[in-house]
Amino acid sequence: MDKNKYGDLVKRHTPKENRLYNGMLAFITGGLVGVIGQLLMDFYSYQFHIPATEASGMMIITLIFVGCLLTCFGFFDKWVNFAKAGLIVPITGFAHAMMSAALEYRKEGMVTGIGANMLKLAGSVIIFGVVSAYVFGFIRFMIFGG
Amino acid sequence: MIYVNAFLFCGFVCLLGQIILDNTKLTPGHVTTIFVCLGAALDAFGIYDKIILWAGGGALVPITSFGHSLIHGALQKAADFGVMGLLMGMFDLTSAGIISAIVFSFFLSLLFQPKD
Repeated sequence: MDKNKYGDLVKRHTPKENRLYNGMLAFITGGLVGVIGQLLMDFYSYQFHIPATEASGMMIITLIFVGCLLTCFGFFDKWVNFAKAGLIVPITGFAHAMMSAALEYRKEGMVTGIGANMLKLAGSVIIFGVVSAYVFGFIRFMIFGG
Repeated sequence: MIYVNAFLFCGFVCLLGQIILDNTKLTPGHVTTIFVCLGAALDAFGIYDKIILWAGGGALVPITSFGHSLIHGALQKAADFGVMGLLMGMFDLTSAGIISAIVFSFFLSLLFQPKD
């Protein structure tokens, strides 16, 4: 069988994903997470009488904690299979990447398992974030002066 | 009204991520990395600040705000210390998120068994 034929055969038998449905689902779940974030921010700034900037930090910590806890109970993986990017792109996906790496490698020990592998998935976010923030921050500092 | 804006913006970013995931061979790790760089790039010209004013928490929840907060911490220090400040203040605003993620996942991974 030549290569083209084989490629056609593979293409025909891979299950087709409904892109429109996936997109809608990601839009709605992502939007709901955003609304929850705004609700938490309003709740904290109303409850503790703090400005919105401090409340936003508390909101992000809350979402990270919820994401970690749900990953531990095993709900989050099912929800990610369902909603895909709707839960990966918000900050909960960052918490999920870190938590699942830590859980997966815990049997290899504290130092060589958890310590060495916790940032395996989330590390790229931090590294590329810092590098791009340095480059673009330098540009903004030089052109606009901060 | 800000809730509608938050829904629209956060949903739009997630939709963009889903389109990238569906139409290319990139993994979720690639997508989050692209969005962090995108957030930093938008902030180089002050666009993301305006989006946060418009969408509130909806703009702070997606991972794009991570790049935005990194750049803002750096620029706040840079106002006082010049170019050295860019290196000193990078994690000022995001450290709460990173440290809490590390601490929570460390202690929770000691308590829980992985589910498969």
